[in-house]
Amino acid sequence: MTIRTTIGMLAVVAAGVGLTGGPVSAQDLKVALAAEPTSMDPHYQNLTINNSMATQVYDALVLQDVNQKLVPGLAQSWKPVNDTTWEFKLRSGVTFHNGAAFTAEDVVATMQRAANVPNSPSSFATFIKGKSFEIVDDLTLRISTEKPYPFTPNDMSRVAIIDSAFVNATTEDFNTGAASFGTGPLTLSKWLPGDVIELARNDGYWGAIAEWDNVIVRVIGDGTTRSAALIAGDVDFIERVGPADLPNLESREGISVFKSVSNRLLYITLHLTDDQIRPFVTDHEGNNIASPFQDIRVRKAVSLAINRKAIADRVMDGLSKPAGQFSPEGYIGYSVNLKPDEYDPDRAKELLAEAGFADGFKLTVHGPAGRYSNDTRILEAIAQMLSRIGIDTTVETMPASVFFKRFARGGPDKTPEFTVAMSGYANGSGEPSHPLRIFIHTKQKERGYGPGNRNGYSNAKVDGLIESGRASMDITIGEKLFIEATEIAMQEYALVPIHHEIATWAARDGIAYKHGALDSTFIHNIRSK
Amino acid sequence: MLAFILRRVMQSVVVLFVMSLIVFSMINLVGDPVDMLVNPESLPEEIDRVRRDFGLDQPAYVQYWKFLTGALAGDLGNSFIFGRPALALMVERFPATLELATSALIIAITVGLPLGIYAGLRPNGWGTRIIMGGSVLGISVPTFWLGLMMIIVFSVILGWLPVSGRGETAVFLGIESSLFTLDGLKHLILPATNLALFKIAMVIRLTRAGTEEVMAQDYIKFARAKGLSSKRIVRAHLLPNILIPIITVLGIEFGTLIAFATVTESIFAWPGLGKLVIDAIVNLDRPIVVAYLLFVVALFLVLNLVVDIIYAVLDPRVRLQGEGG
Repeated sequence: MTIRTTIGMLAVVAAGVGLTGGPVSAQDLKVALAAEPTSMDPHYQNLTINNSMATQVYDALVLQDVNQKLVPGLAQSWKPVNDTTWEFKLRSGVTFHNGAAFTAEDVVATMQRAANVPNSPSSFATFIKGKSFEIVDDLTLRISTEKPYPFTPNDMSRVAIIDSAFVNATTEDFNTGAASFGTGPLTLSKWLPGDVIELARNDGYWGAIAEWDNVIVRVIGDGTTRSAALIAGDVDFIERVGPADLPNLESREGISVFKSVSNRLLYITLHLTDDQIRPFVTDHEGNNIASPFQDIRVRKAVSLAINRKAIADRVMDGLSKPAGQFSPEGYIGYSVNLKPDEYDPDRAKELLAEAGFADGFKLTVHGPAGRYSNDTRILEAIAQMLSRIGIDTTVETMPASVFFKRFARGGPDKTPEFTVAMSGYANGSGEPSHPLRIFIHTKQKERGYGPGNRNGYSNAKVDGLIESGRASMDITIGEKLFIEATEIAMQEYALVPIHHEIATWAARDGIAYKHGALDSTFIHNIRSK
Repeated sequence: MLAFILRRVMQSVVVLFVMSLIVFSMINLVGDPVDMLVNPESLPEEIDRVRRDFGLDQPAYVQYWKFLTGALAGDLGNSFIFGRPALALMVERFPATLELATSALIIAITVGLPLGIYAGLRPNGWGTRIIMGGSVLGISVPTFWLGLMMIIVFSVILGWLPVSGRGETAVFLGIESSLFTLDGLKHLILPATNLALFKIAMVIRLTRAGTEEVMAQDYIKFARAKGLSSKRIVRAHLLPNILIPIITVLGIEFGTLIAFATVTESIFAWPGLGKLVIDAIVNLDRPIVVAYLLFVVALFLVLNLVVDIIYAVLDPRVRLQGEGG
């Protein structure tokens, strides 16, 4: 071996040490997340963890605050110019991490790429299709739709803007960092899948500049290990504290815990089509009967029979808040008139009797196991509560991968299979008609309405309110209509809300975290006190 | 020897083929990956698009045929979730698992063998009782619990070792491993020990049983009568004779260390194969699950073969079948 190659090798080793950190300075932040993005390509998969990671490196035209209210991003302002067109005024003087200037052309290139990423397991086309993009000048963009569509700004908050130079870049280019130049508060230094994500501060950021020189993100799937890593000082900040570790962390010196009611709702859906017989519901002799839940009194009895507070206290260790609607308080689409039903088993029994089920009936409820926090235990508790009012209930849970297929189309002719099932929902888009369009509107596949409407709920008045709200370019009018539709649907028990999960984070003292209704973690909201 | 190896390779190919058929058809019965992949807020046509792109709209036998022809060309399909070749993903994660399993195996042998011999030589000593009691614990206490306890004691309370993750890696002789840096070794100690605990207990029990059996043999008595030192008896007469069953078992156990380090990897957030596979199972990432199971089958086939060959080398009495009579 010559001296030259030896020196070369030493240089390689030194470079390797430099890259992987060596001694970490006080200005570095170490974060442990519970799950890892599937890609660093912001357009590869519309998945919560991917999207929250993308907000570190990229900006969208419109940003969402911690409660998903829209705030200016790469667009400084936006307004409708007519019934079908929105005009976006773009921010000037913004550059990508590679130094290229940001203009309207980058937006158009982004939309072209984001709608067509090959092999995407869940693409962003949903937010782009049906829109045409017109460049007025470098910093003015018009987006038109065929019909009036008030949610263009919401849709634009979902697509991370990339430099037009990378319009043809592959997902692999973004994973390796060759193309991952956004305009966001942090830059991507390195991604080792399954191991570590390293980010660095973008000193040229147009907004509030991050405090940390580097952010090292590790993925620790196990909750107890995550807490241990924080206590031992291996990391400064963790998300999703395990319920069992929470009291320990809360009482420990030198550690602060952050909690907020998230928009993740757990609900029960009760089948209400007029089929002659339904599976999983029988009389006491075991003969299948029609769904008793066609009668609103039976649906209400189910809701009154559920002791939501007991579930929050005893099953969830305090990490849930009883819910009476899709949105938690303070969140878009929240109605002050809807309160969670109080536990009232006596009234529930009366309602059952009035509906002709004084002796109750037999029921099997279904749910996913391991998908939502304590899902199986919650369902078991609910079964006991229903049995107490005379509905003799058994529980059947299964892995999420099996559950969702049967839930959506396990029955004859690919209809939903279950009669009563528990599932969860979180509004990803921050647009107020989102849950109504998916769960409440009559199922109309070709129009995109009711894809999550598994129980056959249909109310023409509610449909009308949802549709006219979605056709009004004035969002304040729309919001009123949506709240009215929500109130009617919830009072008719189109589904039975159980609770909103409470999201948790923990950090060493001296770190503050700005949190809201979203249970995912946004690293740029982690600041020193 | 060559004929023997050839025949075994042929058998292995058949086993792999049958296995692929079983795995592929079983996994097609479970759920629908599209439900796990497509965000529920997507447009309805998105579900059809994904199904088409991933070939899930084809009948199962067509999918299998595609898989089989691809596999013969070394392509086990693309991960649904990561959009990258399943084989490449596994190759990426394999070194981390291999270094964990190898370290665990080395720990198991260096700790288990001496303790087992000691226990076999002094069946009634106090030390033996402690060792055997410990080995019962090692076999019966669940790995995940021990792992968490180790984290709490050595990382949280004592603060000696990092809680989780793989440390720095360095390249040495063309191999990138965390074995070559101090930080990497620190990260490796807890998970490797955790993974090794069960194996240590097993090696102790095997070694003790072997030792007791061999020490009662006439040739040991003869060696003693010749006046050989205890050290020499252990090294020259005892060890070679007890090693054969231990090697057989450890060969297979090495396979299980690699294939089923999942629990340890999950607890210590070790970026190996186990984590990849667990996520794949949960999210119905079929290509990864199939590729992984086939990899495990191939691994055991190879290990079995290697063990048989080592056997023949260690014990001159063993003749491999097909080696000319």
